[in-house]
This record gives sequence, C-alpha cells and structure tokens, in this order.
Amino acid sequence: MDYVIDRRQLLRGAGAAGGGFALAAWLPAWAQSVSPGLTAPLPVVSGEDITLRIARQTMMIDGRPSRAIGINGTVPAPLIRLREGQNVRLHVVNDLDEDSSIHWHGLLVPPQFDGVPGVSFPGIRPRSTFLYEFPIRQSGTYWYHSHSGMQEQLGHYGPIVIDPAGVDPVRSDREHVIVLSDHSPMSPDAIFRAMKVNPGNFNFQRQTLAGLLSGRDQTLKDRMNWGRMRMDPADISDATGAAYTYLVNGHGPHDNWTALFTPGQRVRLRVINASSMTTFNVRIPGLRLTIVQADGQNVMPVEVDEFQIGVAETYDAIVTPADDRAYTLVGEAIDRSGMARATLAPRAGMAAEVPHLRKRPLTTMKDMGMDMAGMPGTAGMAVPGAGDMAPRGIDPTAEQNRSATLATGAAAGPGMSAGTGMDHAGMAGMKTGAGTPGDGMAGAAQMDMGSMKMRDFAAAPQVTKGPGVQTISPMPVDRTGEPGQGLEDVDHKVLVYRDLMALTPNPDVRAPSRSIDIHLTGNMERFMWSFDGVKMSDAMEPIAFIEGERVRVNLINDTMMGHPIHIHGHFFELVIGHGDHAPRKHTVIVAPGSKVTWDFTADAVGDWAFHCHLLYHMMAGMMRTVSVRTKEGTA
Amino acid sequence: MSRAAFTLALGIAVAAPVASQAQSMAGSMQGSMAGMDMNGMTMPHPAKKPTARRPVARKPVPHSAPKRRVVRSGPTSVGRAGPATAKGMDDMNDMPGMAMAPASVVPPSPAPAGPEPMPGMDMGAPGAAATPAMPGMDMSGHAKPMATMPGMAMTGTALAAGDAPAPPPPTDHYADRQFPASEMDRARHAMMHEQGGRSFAQVMFNLAEAQIRNGENGYRWDGEGWFGGDIDRLTIKSEGEGVFREGVEAAEVQALYSHAIGPYFNLQAGVRHDFRPSPTRTYATVGFEGLAPYWFEVAGALFLSDTGDVLGRLEGYYDQRITQRLILQPRIELNLSAQDVPAVRLGAGLTDAELGLRLRYEISRQFAPYLGMSYEAKTGRTADFARADGRKPSSTSLVAGVRFWF
Repeated sequence: MDYVIDRRQLLRGAGAAGGGFALAAWLPAWAQSVSPGLTAPLPVVSGEDITLRIARQTMMIDGRPSRAIGINGTVPAPLIRLREGQNVRLHVVNDLDEDSSIHWHGLLVPPQFDGVPGVSFPGIRPRSTFLYEFPIRQSGTYWYHSHSGMQEQLGHYGPIVIDPAGVDPVRSDREHVIVLSDHSPMSPDAIFRAMKVNPGNFNFQRQTLAGLLSGRDQTLKDRMNWGRMRMDPADISDATGAAYTYLVNGHGPHDNWTALFTPGQRVRLRVINASSMTTFNVRIPGLRLTIVQADGQNVMPVEVDEFQIGVAETYDAIVTPADDRAYTLVGEAIDRSGMARATLAPRAGMAAEVPHLRKRPLTTMKDMGMDMAGMPGTAGMAVPGAGDMAPRGIDPTAEQNRSATLATGAAAGPGMSAGTGMDHAGMAGMKTGAGTPGDGMAGAAQMDMGSMKMRDFAAAPQVTKGPGVQTISPMPVDRTGEPGQGLEDVDHKVLVYRDLMALTPNPDVRAPSRSIDIHLTGNMERFMWSFDGVKMSDAMEPIAFIEGERVRVNLINDTMMGHPIHIHGHFFELVIGHGDHAPRKHTVIVAPGSKVTWDFTADAVGDWAFHCHLLYHMMAGMMRTVSVRTKEGTA
Repeated sequence: MSRAAFTLALGIAVAAPVASQAQSMAGSMQGSMAGMDMNGMTMPHPAKKPTARRPVARKPVPHSAPKRRVVRSGPTSVGRAGPATAKGMDDMNDMPGMAMAPASVVPPSPAPAGPEPMPGMDMGAPGAAATPAMPGMDMSGHAKPMATMPGMAMTGTALAAGDAPAPPPPTDHYADRQFPASEMDRARHAMMHEQGGRSFAQVMFNLAEAQIRNGENGYRWDGEGWFGGDIDRLTIKSEGEGVFREGVEAAEVQALYSHAIGPYFNLQAGVRHDFRPSPTRTYATVGFEGLAPYWFEVAGALFLSDTGDVLGRLEGYYDQRITQRLILQPRIELNLSAQDVPAVRLGAGLTDAELGLRLRYEISRQFAPYLGMSYEAKTGRTADFARADGRKPSSTSLVAGVRFWF
C-alpha cells in the first residue's frame, strides 16, 4: 500500500505562517512534544460540481504518523459547503483497492444516492467513479462518511455545512466546524476482533481489588450483586482511549488545534461527532454554550455548560468569549479514558488550562431498565439507617490515554471528580428518594434479583430469544429528561433532550396512525448486537412503512449501553412533550435501559438503512432495512 | 394515557416551552427575550415580508404559549435580563427588519400581560403580527389564557398514536429498480454477511508454564482455539504435561463442535484423543463451557472411550483483578472416572485434582507472564496405582509461564 503525504502537513505550515506565530511552528510536528497550536482551517469544497477522491494516506496525530483513509488528501475530508436550493453533482472517485461509498448523513436525498452498499446502491468499485446528484432541500450542519466496511474508522468522514436560502436565523460573527472523531493505530479489523474475542479488552478502568480495599467504586456487597448478574458496571464504552486518540478536525489533543476569535464576537461552533465508537461530553470551561441547532435543525436557543453528543449527532452552539484569553474545548470520552482537545483563542499559539479527566461513571440498576423509583411500593423507599454517603472515587489503578497528561487544572487528582457520589450504583434510579446510601442500593439490587428478572422475554415478546440477548429491561423508562450517562451529578447545566425545542413548527403534525416497538438488544459478553434479537445477517425482513404514513416508534434499550440510533432518509420528531415543536433529529442516543419515542413521516419511498451508529455495533449486526413503499406498491 | 391526563399534559406543555426544564430554559428564554444576541438568533423572516403575516391568523398559539413560563420565572431573571438587553442592543443594528428601541422599554418587573412581542425591540410591525413572523422565538410576554390557545399541545407529538395495522414487508428490494439486480444482489449479500455474519478465530493458552518441583521439573499447558461465528464454532482444545528429559506424560487434543445455548454458555461435542499415556485412547465427548455467575469461567465434559470407559472433568477459574493489569487466578481441575481403568492407571471416583494459584501481569491483554503455585494430587485408587508404580501421588510446584492469546 502506498500512502500519500497528508496535505494538512503542508497546510499546517501555511496556516501557521498565516496565523503569524513563532518559529516553533516551522519545526516539523514530530519535533514538538506539545504543539503551540494549529490554526489550519479545514479545506473547503463548494459549488455545483464537486470531486471527491477517496484514497489511503497517512495523517499526523500528535506528531506521529498514522494510517488513514482520507478524501482529497485530508482527514477529515474537506468541508462541503452548499446552499439550500442548489443542485449538486458529486463525483466520487474510489482510489482504494476495495469497494467504498459515501453516505450523506442527515441529507434528504433520493434513495439511490443515499450511499449504503447493499441497501441503496451497489457501492463504488475500486478505481471507479460514482456520480451523486441531488437537490439540496435543507440547511444546517451535517456530515458524510463511508458506509463500506470500517473505512469510517480510518478517517473517511467529513463535514457538510448548508447555508439557508434566506437569512440564517442563527446569527454569528464567525464560525468554526468542530469534527470530533476517534482514531487508532490499530486496524479496525483488529479492534473489532479484540472486542469479539475478549470482552472488556479495551477497558482499563475496571473495578479491582485495589479499588475495593481503598474504598473506591462499588462496595463489596454491590460488587457481589453485579458479579452474580455477570454485569460489569464499568463497561461504559467498548472501544476506549486504550485504542483511540480523540481528534478535533483530525488533530490530536497535543496538536492543540486552535479556533480563532476576536473577543466579544459571537462564535458559532458546528460540532459534529464523526467518531466510530465514542460518545463525547463537550464543554468549554469559562464559556456558556447556547445550543441553536441539533442534527442540522434549528432549535430554540438553550444555554448550557456542557452537552453530550452521541456518535453521528451534530450540535451547533454559540459562544461569546468576551475576554482576551484562550479557552479549552474539551471533548471528554464518555468513559473518561481520554479527551479530544482544542483551543479557542484570540491568537494562535495560546493555550488555556486543560481540565483533568473526570472519573468514569459506573452503570446503575436504572441502566438495566430497573427503575427503582418507578416500582410500585418503592417510589418512596427511604432506606433508613444506611449511612455511607461519602463519595467514592474511581479505582486507583484506572488508566487513561495520553491526553490525560495535558491536564493542568488545579482540580483534585484524576481519580476524584468534582461531582460527588455518582459511583453509587442506582444513584440515578433513586432520585425520588431523599438520600441514596450505597448500602441501600445493594439491598435494592438484591430485591431486584428477587422480584425482577433480568431476562424475562415476557416483557418483550417480539424479541427473538437467543444467545445474543443478554438482558431484557423489565421496566424501561423515558430518560430524555436526564443528563447523559455520567453527567448526572456535575454541578453545572447539562443539555438534556427535553431542552430541545424546534424553532419552527413541525411540518407534519398529524397523529401517528400506529406505533411500533423496536428493542435494542445485545450481549456484552459475546459482543453481539441486534434489533429485537435479530442481527442484520440473520434476516432480510425489513421494517415496513407505507408512504405518507405517520408512525410512532418506541426504541427500547434492553442493554446497559447507550446506542445512537440513526434512520436514513428521514428526520423524526422526538416525543418529549413539545407538541408541534418537537426537535427533529436523524440520530438519537437511547440511554441504557431506557426508552425513546419518536414520530416520523415515512415520506421517502425506497429502502433505507436503520442502525446503531456505533460502528462495531452495526458491524456486529445492529442494523435493519426500513422500507417505504407506495400504498399500491405493497398490495 | 387517558384523555384527562393528556389534557393535563397539554396544560403543562402550553404553560412552558419545556415544563420539566424550568431551570435550564428559564435562563435562556430570559436571554432570548431580553436580547436576541444571547441566543445567537436573528429573525428567520424580516417583518417586512408581507407573507410573514399569514401564519398569524392560523396559529397564534404556539408563540404565545411558552412565554408564560418566561414571565413566571420571576424578578431574578428579569434582573438578569436588563443588562443582557442593553448588551443585546449593540448587536441588533445589523438585524434586518428591526429598529432599536431604548432600553428603557424593557419591563422593569415581570412582563405585563398582553402582546408585548419583544421587549426592547420594535419589530416594525404590530406586535401581534410580528410574533408569528418569528416562529418559535416566542419571546413576547403573552399571558393569554390557555383556553384561547387550542392546538399547541394537542397536535404533533402530543397526540396519541392509533392502532392501524402494520403493512406487510415488501418482497422486493427497491434499489433493484435503479441498479442491475445482480450487482445489488452481490452488494446485499456482502452487506448482510458483514453486519453480524463474520467469523472470527482465537487461540488462547491459559496455561503455558514450566513447573519446578523436587526432583523432576516439568511443564504444563492448557489451551484452546476456536473458529466460527457467534453461535457455531469449531473448537480445538489441548492440555497436557510432561517432565523435562523424560518426555510427555499426558497429552490430549479435543476437536469439538461448539454451539451457543445461552448468553453465557456453549454446548460442545466431539472427540478427544489422548496421545499419552500409552496406550492411546479416543473418546466421544460432550460438554459445556461458559461464564457462571460471579464471573467464574467454568467447563465440564463427559468422555466415553473406545473401550467403553466413562470419564469426566470439571474445571473452573476466576480472574481476580488486583489492579487493572495484575490478576490473580485461582484455578481448579477435577478428573473423574466411572470405573477402574488399570491400563491408563485410573481408579474409579475422583482420580486427580489440580489446584493452582497464578499471578499474572498483563503487559498487554494478549501477553501476560505469570508466577504461581500448583498442587496436584492423585486420589483414591488412582493414587494407589501411582504408589504401585513407585511415583508420588501428589506434588507441589512453583510455576512460571505466560498466558497469551492471538
């Protein structure tokens, strides 16, 4: 295989010169332990005729070369900038030795241009060109990526920004695209295989005896209960910082990619999670983030301090840095095994304090779909007498990746977080109760074992019983009003889905004519993932819809992991109590053990992919075809 | 949900953009009310567009509804709103269709009832008309009774779903209409195989060690390899031991078909062949392997030999993580026999037990050197056979080895 030199390396020099900072910038990247900052902007392509060339290359991450697949010589692929109402012809040249494809994530396109091999088209053969051609019917922040094999993991992803035909209701003086991603020196095949053959392979933040003896993480009683269930509460992410370096616009945390601003400017950040496996918690200490768009759809402004972004989601945030100082943008992996880091600064070459990685969360009984608060007779369960309320830290031997060395904050050591007590299993599940002593939870866990079965198929009759289904949530609850996993106890405002409200009324406000349940199922010990217990490879039977039909879809997560679920060709409206101002999304995280409901109008005739956007979950089978046919077509 | 409950929910929904997020939204809505810059929003349609008026009549409700909550959020937020507005003013200049009004227009106290479209802003159009021109912005201080706002909550996602039947799944593939069916067929099969149908393989040696004991130092191995998918696999197992300079004492290989029978367990059946001791034996085998509660790795098997003898085996181990990489593994293996088999020196009952304790360090997940102890004891009539052969029925060894997989 031959690798092309990354074009960004050249751009880097230019960008550095343009940014006007010191001579250090002229040193080769490998000569710098920590870069003073890179202001290299993403290359942009636009117009009605665009050529995209997919090829293998190397990319430099924190001064180290890494294999990649890029487009037009860059990772991420160039920013495609379009205008609502235009037509676009995209000539995609596949210079790989294998099939490739591009899916335009979030764009409403005719089915033959949706870019999913085997569903919407045959794929792009090696050394051939495919012409995508479609009208641009929307505006907002989107992205594009390969839907072939695991090319996405290697860098085959890029941002799309579509400017509205009229005045943009979101006003800003300047904008930056922030593409978050995860990159590994391991091949995607090796990552997948490691997770398949060795559960927990990448988790170096598990509970240990050392942790137990030093009073960290779960108590012995809780550990026994979870052990009996064969559930690892530390299993937050499958692939972690042990495998990944987390990137901002293709740059590692030590590269310190820098976005410039002038103090007082209103800066629009278009944040895209183009990761294969990583949910990020995004924040900029010192700045409030006003969320104005989610998944390309404008929302009523919501001011937050932090938001969790699932794989394939996008959020646009406005920040107004008033001071002449640098700010750190932190994209912390959900399991806190590492972070993506960038800097917002008035000038290149600046850096702000980098906060410590907070301690990784533990899953709770609620994450198993056992909502104690919701259980009859236990809602007010007081658990008197149990005293242990002291917050317990994380395992003292837990490991994070190299990004942890960047931390300069004065906060407590990485083992202790600012938040308190979130290690108590069941903390989230006990919110209605006054106090939640850890011992009490252990008791509750025991009670669960007695009264609630973890794998009772009566609770999900449609799920095919088999080795691929480890658990069934006995009492899944709607958690769209809760902060994402691990953010329950932070001491600032975290975006929750229910904060999102569409800026304009929804286009289709009819009542759904029917509703369906889809169970998200899996087995962490075998790394099997599926819908309703059926893997994509098991059956081709699509989930069928009639054109124009409005249907309510209940996604029920029977696993202890969050899954970002994405439907192609459509937007859906989250059913979270906002009537005709429901936020419209293309991807939604279904929190562990929870239920998410959305309505959608099946208005795009064709076959569409529907899948978990965690790459290896999809590769393990968590995908299905959705078919939309005209009424006559199904007769 | 009952209709009554819905009505209630409707009331709540009408009362606030997000009833459940009062804290979060209140702040930001205040911001939006006071100065649009806080939100980073400009008007989606300049009020000068005449068409913008049309929606007014149709749907006055959604816009006024959320305001109520804003108003309610009280003096503190209004207090915050003041300065924000003033600041917002500076940024308004470039906003199309808006003229600035003096900051003093901002209500000094919780917003008054009635259409006050946007404190601090003159929309260039009558307030009532201007509001709908900014769908979703909902910044005015409306306080209309909820009853006059039908529609908002009882539409869209607030409506209950019906129970229409699901259509039958289509039998065709849509893309076959647009691309050659043969190409789609190829791609479809590849895609389906790829998403969940892949095969994997692994070779893992849990024990691969030298055993140091009085007199006769030896070695021991216990490994397993498999190839296949999630459910069905071909599994090869091998274990054995020997003494340095004397050769292999015991060596067996099993070839098994393995089938997943639950989330944690595989059923395995096949053949076992013992190359040592002599005479060699071949067995039909059926057994299980899996993960028991409390994270015990366990396996068990029955063996029926070509001479009609029945043997059994139970083994199990537990990985106790002391740190992320330092792991203590207690392990036990019990061999049983249903009858005396003098030819291979086995007595009926428990023939031998092996107890091990190994401490490994995972340099990587795949490579973990270890040190430990192993106690092996032949028991009952098997021990008698050993003594008769002039061998000690039990031994304790210091062991050193590597646990590895690839």
